[in-house]
Amino acid sequence: MTTSVASPQSERRSVAEIAVSLLPYLLAGMAFGFIAVKSEILAWYRIQEMFRFQSFHMYGVIGSAVLVGATSIQIIKRFNIKSWDGQDITIQDKDRTWLRYILGGTFFGLGWGLIGACPGPMLALIGAGLPAFLIALVGAILGTRVYGMVMNRLPHG
Amino acid sequence: MGIHELLSSPWPWYVAGPLIGLTVPLLLLLGNKVFGISSNLRHVCAILPNRIPFFNYNWWQAGGWNLVFAGGIMLGAFLAAGWFGNPEPLAVNPATEQDLAAIGVSVDGGFAPEAFFSLAALGSIKTWLILLGGGFLVGFGARYAGGCTSGHAISGLSNLQLPSLVAVIGFFIGGLIMTHLLLPIIL
Repeated sequence: MTTSVASPQSERRSVAEIAVSLLPYLLAGMAFGFIAVKSEILAWYRIQEMFRFQSFHMYGVIGSAVLVGATSIQIIKRFNIKSWDGQDITIQDKDRTWLRYILGGTFFGLGWGLIGACPGPMLALIGAGLPAFLIALVGAILGTRVYGMVMNRLPHG
Repeated sequence: MGIHELLSSPWPWYVAGPLIGLTVPLLLLLGNKVFGISSNLRHVCAILPNRIPFFNYNWWQAGGWNLVFAGGIMLGAFLAAGWFGNPEPLAVNPATEQDLAAIGVSVDGGFAPEAFFSLAALGSIKTWLILLGGGFLVGFGARYAGGCTSGHAISGLSNLQLPSLVAVIGFFIGGLIMTHLLLPIIL
């Protein structure tokens, strides 16, 4: 989603320095995976409850995550807080076209409703001991590749 | 309640949601990174041999951190399920249980019905079609929409992006069609 240009000297960093710089992302990912299991958001049944409007759980998780995320971003913007490594924090706005969001979103939702897992939970399920979801992951990589092949023929406007 | 019991019982939404929300500022503050997991699928395509312009970029520079984050998800889930797993079977709303029973799916206490999502189920061609097809739709749709649940529903909405709201509406259109119209036929 985002790309940041590494500084020139980063090309010459040692393996140990690179490993240390990536460690926080490993820990952040581990926290997400841990939470995904403990809050059961990776469960196919929770997604079914959500799409049948029979449980508040998923709405509560996503809603409160957005509330905390939005508040944090406002604070970061208001006080011009820089990142740990001294970069200005810049979040690219999404392109203001519409078809790609509604059409792409619908394709995504069809898959989400069927296998009950979006990309993060898919990884968590594999880690949590449901290796069958590796096949779903292969499917997701294939789907991404096919999008890259046909994207110029799809409406995005 | 000891710390192990606390970690072993399922976490309510008001604990998990805010913690997930904190991922957004955490990644921004660590290195101006935006929380979005499906980008990793594109990075994997960029690693694999291809001649597709969309996948021709420096994946390590753009997404090395995110691939490490993705590896962390698997590791964190492994720890949570292995050492802090909930000993009780997964509780499902009785109304959902009843609806699912009507389409031949039983609640078996696991995260996903074993009849479709276990290794034992891989003997059936239907299981392969569900996993590959569902995964394909998730991957294709996420890139077409420019993000998944994390990139749009959490990061995008947190940044008050109208396009992300449209994408989330799309997620629900697709999910509702699948759940209410297609699942009864497919399963």
